[in-house]
Amino acid sequence: MMDSSRRRILQLLGVSALALTTRPVFNAFAIEEQAAQAQAAFKAGEKALKAKQWALVIDTHKFESEADLEPLIEACHRIHNVPQLQNKRHEIKWIWGTHYHNAFPGKAARFLAEAVEHRPFLVLCNHCENPPCVRACPTKATFKRESDGIVLMDFHRCIGCRFCMAACPFGARSFNYRDPRPFIAEAKLNKEFPTRMKGVVEKCNFCAERLAVGQMPACVEVSNGAMVFGDLYDAASEVRKLIKTNYTIRRKQTLGTEPSVYYIV
Amino acid sequence: MLELAIKGGKKYYGWMTLLIIIVGIGFLLYLKQLDFGLGITGLSRDTSWGFYIANFTFLVGVAAGGVMVVLPYYLHDYKAFGKVTILGEFLAISSVLMCVTFILVDLGQPMRIFNVFLYPTPNSVLFWDTIVLNGYLFLNIIIGWNVLEAERNGVHYQKWLKPLIYISIPWAVSIHTVTAYLYCGLPGRGFWMTAILAPRFLSSAFAAGPALLILCCLIIRRVSNFDPGREQIQSLAKIVAYAICVNVFFFLCEVFVAFYSQIPEHMDHIKYLFVGLHGHGAYVPWMWASMILMVIGIILTVNPITRKNEGVLAVACVVIFLGTWIDKGLGMIAGGFTPSPLHEINEYIPSLPEIGIALGVWALGFLVLTALFKIAVSVKEEVRA
Repeated sequence: MMDSSRRRILQLLGVSALALTTRPVFNAFAIEEQAAQAQAAFKAGEKALKAKQWALVIDTHKFESEADLEPLIEACHRIHNVPQLQNKRHEIKWIWGTHYHNAFPGKAARFLAEAVEHRPFLVLCNHCENPPCVRACPTKATFKRESDGIVLMDFHRCIGCRFCMAACPFGARSFNYRDPRPFIAEAKLNKEFPTRMKGVVEKCNFCAERLAVGQMPACVEVSNGAMVFGDLYDAASEVRKLIKTNYTIRRKQTLGTEPSVYYIV
Repeated sequence: MLELAIKGGKKYYGWMTLLIIIVGIGFLLYLKQLDFGLGITGLSRDTSWGFYIANFTFLVGVAAGGVMVVLPYYLHDYKAFGKVTILGEFLAISSVLMCVTFILVDLGQPMRIFNVFLYPTPNSVLFWDTIVLNGYLFLNIIIGWNVLEAERNGVHYQKWLKPLIYISIPWAVSIHTVTAYLYCGLPGRGFWMTAILAPRFLSSAFAAGPALLILCCLIIRRVSNFDPGREQIQSLAKIVAYAICVNVFFFLCEVFVAFYSQIPEHMDHIKYLFVGLHGHGAYVPWMWASMILMVIGIILTVNPITRKNEGVLAVACVVIFLGTWIDKGLGMIAGGFTPSPLHEINEYIPSLPEIGIALGVWALGFLVLTALFKIAVSVKEEVRA
């Protein structure tokens, strides 16, 4: 008698504990459903641009001040529904401007050409040929697309462990520390591209969704020729021509990740 | 044997109730985190791992430290430790439980945890860490439980346990090695990129784990009729003494490499932690406290006069536990992320809810630890009577 009633109480306790835990879980799933409206067409169409390894060449001479970068950053963040968070800790950015010594720490000489010192440098995901973030991810939520070398994110598979953020030597990745959706202005919402949920990592995707329909990446399109995008392994491509005729550098090349973003300085 | 955990005196129930309350508070805070996101912590874009992962790392060490009683008994036939192996195994179980819980509360999308098994990714160290941690948990549950049950029934434990016991010894080393590999294989994180990281983790583990075990033994002797034994405690204390010396030695090796080579990427993190960098130095007092505590620990455990005095030894163990916790818990993670890959400094300070959740996880671990130790001690008392 004593034993069975104790067991009963334990069972009840177990069930109530379970009931308590299910509520937030259901909440989380429910939040997900509201946001599943936006579905992007990622499937490559007939006009899709193709490459063995996409690469980007940035002619840094053509950017004189932060103001020159703003339209590019704005274009990228708008079409990808990147939220504007005031709290710096929660900040999400796919592409942004920084100083030479931040973009290339260890490469800044004690005395530097004045132009280089004052020029803003665009930084973004390098879509490395040998990406450490992909190596670190325990679920293949971030992966290197074999067809064109873009390092992509599956927002629905990411468990939010942030191992990729520790692994990235370029600080290119952002984490959704809170629900980003309230921080995307309704008028600016791009319904063609998915918004993210809290608890997942995101970063630049080299505009995979635009390449699929034959468009150049958004930043490249508005850069007035300051940025050139193309196939690194096509000797006749525009990026290769630029690399051949200009002295270019890449960020932290000694780490062996083989970044695909080249800077003309 | 499980029934032994719910037969206790007032003090036992009082302690358990206190722990349950702390677990409850932690759980409520966690519900808040689940609802809002990890933004309620002090984590940021630059420091994307913090208090949870730090405690996880430290506790992997405590779990591995349990092997320090298992190894001498089963491998060297050091009979005295036969009395306390079960305590080491049960300490390992509760520590691994805390580790797994810390990982879970650190995830942005915890309900997707099974993706790790759905999409197994052998190139990720986290995948291997999941395997070794869970493996170690099950090994210790199976071994600990069966050996204790056999002792209760007055028979020798089952033969098939022997290979599992032998496997559990290198397995203990593996859990902390793999945990170190989470960090030391990342390009561009100069502070962690050192081949000595796994050995460093192991040395602090073999200091912190047995130190906690000594404290547990002293408490058990006070609150029960089971005496883990003076010889046992003294042997453990010698292990702690060696391990803490090696840990400090390894750290000094790191300091030499960074500051003799003068490579900024390696110096900057240590500078940030110990003297501050570009005007930021939230961790400076903590790191010096850690160093002082560990040195005090060395003096008190190496010196036979102080070591043999159990009151002083208890103080030494607390000091070593705290010192290694600050070193590995607080400094190791925050120091690795600061300065950031773009050489910017955004200091990480854990938030109050974050600390509350972490305390809840610790309380959960101690709840399980107390229940397991209660069972073990009751069996020992039974057998003696």
